[in-house]
Amino acid sequence: MELLSFGKTGWGDELLIATMMTIAVSITAMLIGFLFALIFTPLKLSKSKFLNLIGNCYTTVIRGVPELLVIYLFFFGGSGAVMYVASIFGYNEYIEINAFITGSFAIGIISGAYSTEVFRGAIQSIDKGQFEASKVLGLKKPVHFFKVIMPQMLRLAIPNLSNVWQITLKDTSLISVTGLVEIMRQSYIAAGSTRDPLFFYSFAAVLYLLLTYLSMKLINKLEVRYSRGY
Amino acid sequence: MDFELMINSFPKLINATFITLKLLIASLIFGLFIGLFFAILRLNKNLIINKFAYVYSYVFRGTPLLVQIFIIYFGLGQIEYLRSTALWIILKEPYWCAIIAFSLNTGAYTSEILRSAFQTIKPGMIEAGQSLGISSKIIFYKIQIPIAIRQSLPAYGNEIILMMKGTSLASTVTLMDLTGVAKYIISTTFKPIEVFIVAGGIYLFMTFIIHNVVKFLEKKYSY
Repeated sequence: MELLSFGKTGWGDELLIATMMTIAVSITAMLIGFLFALIFTPLKLSKSKFLNLIGNCYTTVIRGVPELLVIYLFFFGGSGAVMYVASIFGYNEYIEINAFITGSFAIGIISGAYSTEVFRGAIQSIDKGQFEASKVLGLKKPVHFFKVIMPQMLRLAIPNLSNVWQITLKDTSLISVTGLVEIMRQSYIAAGSTRDPLFFYSFAAVLYLLLTYLSMKLINKLEVRYSRGY
Repeated sequence: MDFELMINSFPKLINATFITLKLLIASLIFGLFIGLFFAILRLNKNLIINKFAYVYSYVFRGTPLLVQIFIIYFGLGQIEYLRSTALWIILKEPYWCAIIAFSLNTGAYTSEILRSAFQTIKPGMIEAGQSLGISSKIIFYKIQIPIAIRQSLPAYGNEIILMMKGTSLASTVTLMDLTGVAKYIISTTFKPIEVFIVAGGIYLFMTFIIHNVVKFLEKKYSY
């Protein structure tokens, strides 16, 4: 227990900050994932075969390749790609991207692929009559999407999105290989300097369990809220 | 694009693929037995046995695979007593540690898949067996298990693919599997995109094969 005390002698405060970092990365990654889903879900649902192909390529490749490999691609290739884009605009200095941005972007792309599939499934299982009815009523496109499709889609998507959240939360542990100090990295440092890996890794496991447990509780509340009327 | 690097790294990556496959197959086989064992425990009416199996699957599904590997590889070596037993011969090898972690992890998921499959079997099938005077052991082996396997095939196919991606974590405990070798080549040549295309292509190819094999089995055993 002494090891977990706050202050200079214990690892309590460091682990608390690391836990915050894990939450921050997970939420950022999830939001980036939603952005990707926002782009790729319409592509997967579109009638054009070419757009379909782009959407399918994204979800198939990301879901078929290990997360760690994607993270390595971003870790080693991220700053190179940004520098290349910058050089087109005439900026030739060395650019270093911090681990937080690389990490949440890599995890975000992965969680985006899963979110895309969830949203696609949810939209496809909405009754066709709903689309036709809003067309017949002459609703404008934004109203049609935000007031008719979106509420129904969320109700169907939230249980599956909670799975995506769990996957994303657990995937953030992989960013520790890039040196971002989240739970896993902090436990690695603590285990190294105290020579007590069993305790710190078990404690990391407990922290992750706590995070998944609490987020499940929260999501269940959301689920109840969005299935009002059913 | 450095095509020469892509061609040169291909044989190295293929060699590493065999380690990935070995890890995958070993952990799937062990995981299936662990999963079946815990699924049966979950169906037990005894509350303590039931809770024990539930906690097992909850813990292993609620924590990242990376933590599990690290606990087994770095953590267990710390216990003095373990080092003096015969178990240490297995636990000092990163290869076996990775397989133990993967098996326990996939076992937890498999137990959930099989449990829900057992629960969806219609009671009429078991009752039919009972009224024919078949012993409950044979009902279990000849009626429940084959139906459960068929029911769980689609979900289990996904689990195989997830596990295949999970084996990439073996590279964090010094094993040179496909991801490990890919990382090594990337960090020595600093050409991430080329290596990612080759290594990712191999992974995608394996996903494709698994996906189609499972689809074929689903069709074969559909009723």
